[in-house]
Amino acid sequence: MAQKPKVAFYWCASCGGCEEAVVDLEERILKVVDAVDIVLWPVAMDFKRKDIEAMEDGSIAVAFINGGVRMSEQEEWVHLLRRKAQLVVAFGACAHLGGIPGLANLSDRQQVFQTVYSDVPSLDNQAGTVPAVQSRVNGYDLHLPEFWDDVKALNQVIDVDYYLPGCAPPPDLIWKAIEAILAGTLPPKGAVLSPNKACCDDCPRKDTKPDRIELTAIKRPATHLADPETCFLAQGFICMGPATRQGCGMPCIEGNMPCRGCSGPLDDVFDQGAKFLSAFASILAPKTEAEIDALLDQIPDPVGTFYRFSLPVSLLHRRKPGVRV
Amino acid sequence: MATAAFEPRIVAFFCNWCTYTASDLAGTARMTYEPNAPVVRVMCSGRIDPQFVMKALHEGADGVLIGGCHPGDCHYQEGNYKALRRFRLLKRVLGQLGVENERVRLEWISASEGDRVQHVINEMTGQLRALGPFNGARS
Repeated sequence: MAQKPKVAFYWCASCGGCEEAVVDLEERILKVVDAVDIVLWPVAMDFKRKDIEAMEDGSIAVAFINGGVRMSEQEEWVHLLRRKAQLVVAFGACAHLGGIPGLANLSDRQQVFQTVYSDVPSLDNQAGTVPAVQSRVNGYDLHLPEFWDDVKALNQVIDVDYYLPGCAPPPDLIWKAIEAILAGTLPPKGAVLSPNKACCDDCPRKDTKPDRIELTAIKRPATHLADPETCFLAQGFICMGPATRQGCGMPCIEGNMPCRGCSGPLDDVFDQGAKFLSAFASILAPKTEAEIDALLDQIPDPVGTFYRFSLPVSLLHRRKPGVRV
Repeated sequence: MATAAFEPRIVAFFCNWCTYTASDLAGTARMTYEPNAPVVRVMCSGRIDPQFVMKALHEGADGVLIGGCHPGDCHYQEGNYKALRRFRLLKRVLGQLGVENERVRLEWISASEGDRVQHVINEMTGQLRALGPFNGARS
């Protein structure tokens, strides 16, 4: 019997939702297991780093890596997997774009530690202990991975062959990618494995979008109930559909929630947040500075809204180092 | 080794109909001003994608100047209103990203205001010289 191709799954700075997405393949996962050997999957199986280190370089057919890279240990792991795997697929929004953990690029390590180990009201840390790369406890030398100032997308650390977008990637998209890998019908290297079309192009609410939108108020799902059939932008909700690529199947829209942009930009867009900002500003009604500013006050966190998933891969990557906002 | 005094690099996006024509007038009238702001001519300030501003900063510009027609004077009716709305929103994003206020500026300068081009570029160059280089996008 011919040897089955070896597949690795790994996670970096992520929430576990991408692992869940693999399990959401349901019975199709059995076909995957029939076709391949899983050699690494920390959430589900017990393989260690030394097992991977012992393998020959290039002996893994494909490594699916999810999560942003924000610690030295994650960097070591992804370099190891890059050496051992013929193909590396950035799996999910965090590996693809930096993701929600990437919003930590609005702060730095010192600020993150300050909040997490000192300022949180429910915390009891009177000794002021913060993680250190090296420490000595009860006569033992302890080592922890180094925590960086920046969260990085996978392609900012290693060479990436393909991208599976989404938070988390939908099972159908994962399945299509696995089929393409097994059948050898992948597109050219560097492709995002989803259609290069904006969500709006096939939105079920497309016909309700008027020719011209002129917003005088901005609504949020937390404070306003959306009409379940009308274009979100026409209603005044910030919907990232115009600047977000398809592939998700639009479950958010079906659930009456505006698009948050997790599938990332279309090809040839440098900066998803700036592109959406441009589109959104153009559909606001006011023409004077004072009226515009009053309307924009209704967006409490523009970076967190427009760059919710893509700050690390945006043109400026992060807040300027050394500047406190 | 002595380091040369810092000279800011400003990318100026001027609309074809007003501000670019004003800078042309400034030149024709032999007005002198700081050479720190090479001009990119665009058809309308409404053409200026916020990505252009981000990309300029990313590629090493220390500041970006946008020039368009006065409100009500846009050759295309309302491109400058779109530019203003994008600019006001972009400034909020840039503020959160720690980009100092002086680095990105919008000015309405009509075709007859060559002296205004001279004044704005001199003033902005001086401000950025004092502020220092923008090194925010290196990583």
